[in-house]
Amino acid sequence: MALNTMHAEAVAGVVDRVVARYRRDPSNMVQILREIQESCDWISPEAIDRLQSTLGVPRTKIEGVAGFYSFFYTEPRGRYRVLFSDNITDRMLGNRALMERLCNNLWVERGKVSEDGLVSVGKTACTGMCDQGPALLINNTAMPALTAERIDEIAELIRNKLPLSEWPAAFFKVEDNIRRADILLNADFKPGEALLAGRARAPDEGLMASNMRSWREGLPSGMGGPIAVLDEIKRAGLRGRGGAGFTTGMKWEACRNAQLKAGYQRIIVCNADEGEPGTFKDRVLLSTCADLVFEGMTVAAYAVGATKGFVYLRGEYRYLLDHLNAVLARRRREKLLGENILGIPGADFDIDIHVGAGAYICGEESALIESLEGKRGTPRNRPPFPVTNGYLDQPTIVNNVETFAAAAMIALKGGDWYAGIGTRHSTGTKILSVSGDCERPGIYEYPFGVSIRQVLADCGARDTQAVQVSGPSGICLAEAEFDRIIGFEDIPTSGAFTVFDKTRDMFEVARNYVHFFQHESCGFCTPCRVGTSLLKNLMDKLHYGAGSPYDFSEIEKLNQLLQSMSHCGLGHTACNPVLDTIAKFRPAYEKRMNQQDFTPAFDLDRALSAARQMTGRDDAAAHLANAHGGEA
Amino acid sequence: MSLTFTLDGKTIPFEDGQTIIQAAGKAGVFIPHLCYHPEFKPHGSCKLCTVKVNGRHTASCTMRAMPGMVVESDTEEINAERRALTQMLFVEGNHFCPSCEKSGNCQLQATAYHLGMMSPHYDHFFPNRPVDASHPEVLLDFNRCILCSLCVRASRDVDGKNVFALSGRGIKTHLIVNARSGQLGDTDFALADKAAQVCPVGVILRKRQGFAVPIGERKYDKAPIAETVTEGK
Repeated sequence: MALNTMHAEAVAGVVDRVVARYRRDPSNMVQILREIQESCDWISPEAIDRLQSTLGVPRTKIEGVAGFYSFFYTEPRGRYRVLFSDNITDRMLGNRALMERLCNNLWVERGKVSEDGLVSVGKTACTGMCDQGPALLINNTAMPALTAERIDEIAELIRNKLPLSEWPAAFFKVEDNIRRADILLNADFKPGEALLAGRARAPDEGLMASNMRSWREGLPSGMGGPIAVLDEIKRAGLRGRGGAGFTTGMKWEACRNAQLKAGYQRIIVCNADEGEPGTFKDRVLLSTCADLVFEGMTVAAYAVGATKGFVYLRGEYRYLLDHLNAVLARRRREKLLGENILGIPGADFDIDIHVGAGAYICGEESALIESLEGKRGTPRNRPPFPVTNGYLDQPTIVNNVETFAAAAMIALKGGDWYAGIGTRHSTGTKILSVSGDCERPGIYEYPFGVSIRQVLADCGARDTQAVQVSGPSGICLAEAEFDRIIGFEDIPTSGAFTVFDKTRDMFEVARNYVHFFQHESCGFCTPCRVGTSLLKNLMDKLHYGAGSPYDFSEIEKLNQLLQSMSHCGLGHTACNPVLDTIAKFRPAYEKRMNQQDFTPAFDLDRALSAARQMTGRDDAAAHLANAHGGEA
Repeated sequence: MSLTFTLDGKTIPFEDGQTIIQAAGKAGVFIPHLCYHPEFKPHGSCKLCTVKVNGRHTASCTMRAMPGMVVESDTEEINAERRALTQMLFVEGNHFCPSCEKSGNCQLQATAYHLGMMSPHYDHFFPNRPVDASHPEVLLDFNRCILCSLCVRASRDVDGKNVFALSGRGIKTHLIVNARSGQLGDTDFALADKAAQVCPVGVILRKRQGFAVPIGERKYDKAPIAETVTEGK
């Protein structure tokens, strides 16, 4: 009967194979679960039985981890698991109609598994294809640029049960859409050059003395350069590109200076968990300049004395894994990774790729480290910080993909060269992921200091009402602010640049973002776990037309509470999209203020919608009079 | 010279490595808390114990005391925030105090009284959380779970059993037990376990012991929580 039933022995075989490949190490739990699901379509009780005995960890630990990540299924979800990206840009491009079309085509209800167990259709957070949406993931493989015709073709292939590997490759073609390239995307760079340049920055006698440890703890003398490389990074004024903008040189130095316990090593982590809705520049960096990124990680390892590296690749970018592994393999062959890199004795560093499984919170560095250790992605209590107590308690640097790419170029061309680009407070370039209402969505790399207006002109945006910079946790800008600039001194950004023209309803934009935060809250702390749900309910209440000024003050109060009491940045910023749009696009809210006095969120007619669905009735007599209306 | 910081203007001595809430408890000053328990590694999740350190909000159960820190705790602003968090916990689960066996011994209820919570304020979520009566001696009523993870820590760190864990994410975070069936009766949980003693609310209940102490004569009926919960008591 069910397609999802594999024989217990077959499941055990898969589990044993995967567990053996990961050296029976429970700290690889997330990778183990991912690979089991890729083979078995879900993580069945039989698989957990087997994992429990082969890994020697309690069932609660396995189920706790499996239950945390959106892309792990402990219940069968079909042989074909379709998830429509539900970012606001996908919405604007009509993803809802396409999802309905696929559901109707396949006779499956949204969010449910078809009766024959073949397919499920649901939605997921932004998959990073905003410049070529609407997009979906099928069995965690990205499929952009959907059209009604494509949806019909997909339905046909699913009905015919054609294995995904035999589907037309064109369906999975992801474009880079690089519209403006600068020092990173147009890098004048050959693999190994940055490392050699770093090594060649041999310090003078005085520096040599301060550099007794060099690459690896315990080595007798400097190999020439680590401290000098660090100096170049500092001179460049490089700041983190993930959004927070921490000074890279300071982070590296703190990691370098952290005490190393016996048997411990320093760790370099590249944060490619690009989950902020509207951001997709790391995807393009990794697909077009993987060498530059890996070289930047190796430069970091050289500067701080690290021997182990990880790339934390978001699950939505699973399709890049083979490509990235191929680049890593080539770099090992070319002696750019592995032992004695470029012939430098003791220069050992290698990189593994860890694939995430659908959790925005893992972009937060300490949650990311928890996930790397095979745990639930819950942000840690800090201090201590990762630079001293990171991956498996070892000193760890976590930097964004773009930061490493920039670091490689700084090692190659020097800090002064880099500091000459951009503005005084924001050196270098910033890669923007432009999407929404414009003619040329895609990737734009600018020197810092570019104005919003300039970007809008370059991407062919017309009648622009608003721009959301840096995603939902960033800032929403109205027309009067378009002369402001991208830079740490004015508008810092992780890279998202989402354009909304005058036809868009900014209330619905904010509501989409609030739903996103509610879905992605990790649930660890009370204010964010409950507060994001309360906020979502308030926005839905306004959406249904039951809003009143009372609800504004409730939103205001929730915002303050989330700001002051939340455990991490997710909770701190969850109210941003609402507060920004209330301040700048108040008419979009007032339109929904049908009530001057308080109105309860409960609406009897809406509560009856489940009954209407069950009975298949939707005529006038199945509705109460004077209902607010609206759909979930 | 001994180390001190100030808490609401009062000088609090501390030893190196102590957290703010530990030092405050030793000095007899109550800071509201739910997921903190002096015998366990702090979790820092309920956020009830949040204080302001030099003007910045931080959880006092995870923040180490430092010499000269200026800590605010019992202020109108912070208590209002704690009250809101308590209200959130009340609407998130299904808490019906009058019919709860733990009433009067419940830390959530006592904390709500302490903070002057007069209503749940927010709309109730009314989640569907089935009870687990599979164990011969213990009932699990998940309706009251506030996800403090004390039972998780007690079972793992003291009992060495890992009977409990948190699964799910966000508002769907929930407590699970260590059995394929998901039933407590199929685990090695025992009434004598530390994990059976630490629930601050009414999730882990001993069967056939209901209302042994009449309402009105229970722990927090006799004295408000601020007078009963300090370090070592």
